[in-house]
Amino acid sequence: MVVNVDSQRTGGLPGPLGPFGADASPSFFDLLRRTAPAAVPAMLRGDPVRPELLDSLVEGTTVLALTFPNGVIIAGDRRATAGNFIARRDMRKVFPADRHSAVAISGAAGPAVEMARVFATELEHYEKVEGEQLSLEGKANKLAFMVRANMPLAMQGIVVVPLFAGYDIRAQRPSIFEYDPIGGRYESLDHAATGSGSIFARGTLKKGHQAVTDVDSGALLAVQALFDAAEEDSATGGPDRIRDQYPILAVIDADGYRELVRDAVVELVDHVIAARTE
Amino acid sequence: MAGPFPYVSPEQFMKDRAEFARKGIARGRALVAVAFDEGVVFVGENPSRVLYKTSEIYDRIGFAAVGKYNEFESLRVAGIRLADVKGYQYGREDVTAKSLANAYSQSLGSIFTEGQKPFEVELLVAQIGTGPGHPLELYHILYDGSIVDEHSFVAIGGEADSLLEHLRLGWSEGMSLAGVVGLAMSSLSTVVERDVPAGDLEVSGLRHDGHRRRFFRLDEAAITELLG
Repeated sequence: MVVNVDSQRTGGLPGPLGPFGADASPSFFDLLRRTAPAAVPAMLRGDPVRPELLDSLVEGTTVLALTFPNGVIIAGDRRATAGNFIARRDMRKVFPADRHSAVAISGAAGPAVEMARVFATELEHYEKVEGEQLSLEGKANKLAFMVRANMPLAMQGIVVVPLFAGYDIRAQRPSIFEYDPIGGRYESLDHAATGSGSIFARGTLKKGHQAVTDVDSGALLAVQALFDAAEEDSATGGPDRIRDQYPILAVIDADGYRELVRDAVVELVDHVIAARTE
Repeated sequence: MAGPFPYVSPEQFMKDRAEFARKGIARGRALVAVAFDEGVVFVGENPSRVLYKTSEIYDRIGFAAVGKYNEFESLRVAGIRLADVKGYQYGREDVTAKSLANAYSQSLGSIFTEGQKPFEVELLVAQIGTGPGHPLELYHILYDGSIVDEHSFVAIGGEADSLLEHLRLGWSEGMSLAGVVGLAMSSLSTVVERDVPAGDLEVSGLRHDGHRRRFFRLDEAAITELLG
């Protein structure tokens, strides 16, 4: 009489595949928490974070998104600060999440970039396991869940706030989702901004959005809004001519996610500067 | 071997298990993996448009199986999980078909010996190189965990041996996708002694097309267009 002790313990598969067998959840994030808890920052609980450590955390930013007919633009500046010091001039804050969506991050840089990475893996994992993509709403919900899961760290001052934008191929329209530090999720059909400079960016977006008729006018408004935020918020970086660092702008529409090449962004920056120096 | 059953020698026990698994697999439809100039393609007879026998595992790694659906489906999902967790914890380039094939081999081996019943499945794990000209890796894992390193083409499932003969006669290095799909289709039709139309084929694979994820799947319309 053969008794399969292994399957009772590991849920169906012995050997190295053991932790990956059985279980109905197609969620990569849950899988990671279960099989590799050390890889998920929020699982590391400990003493309250010392103020000196909080000051040395890399953070700060302006990221924004705005819709145009049949698409959405998502953009972010390149500066990362630690206290009053500039930690990075070339920080990437806009990440493709999958073919038709992207996430931009603000807050503590390390955990934020990790969240973007887990999120992108989560979406791809779901698609491979289930055979089809999540709906845009499902993706936005999943991201909210991750932000909420970060709450232990958020309570200690290590806050991550993403911005999610995508093109819904089923509904055939773009959408933007904003979040608050504890996972509240808010859909916006026109524009949104997050980060220390977001208040200033929002003013520009509000004034200019009515005039956005296509991707070019949308991209120009995005650059203007980041420029305005950089002028008011020390944690947001403006275009850096010396080091050739410019904001990252991405367009998402029915054809998918694509980033503007450096020269295209430079052209927009030149346009903005020229208009303001006349 | 204690219990209420009469004594069975270990040799007999293993032989019976192997025969059980082989019979189960031979009853099912066959599937082939064939290398072409830009990668590798899986072609199998599968009238279902939603229940697949082939799948993407990772950027350059694909999976194909024959046998009992729920058994190979659980292995498919476990493989994707293993790959994604490893790729996340280390790096994307660190996920290899070889380590995945070894994991499958160990699991199937354990199941064959200690499981309530052996899995009636045979698996293929394929990995294309980082560019054209880089070698294709093709691993064939059998129901008892044996693992074979294959080259250029392989057939699994019912009528695998006759299929292999047809592929051997028709395949050559550097064939196009249309060429190998046509060869696979005609080989399958010949071996089952009836016409297998494009609508009954499952065609998918891995190819160098500039994207990070190299897996592709062709629906009926795409197959028809490909074959001209």
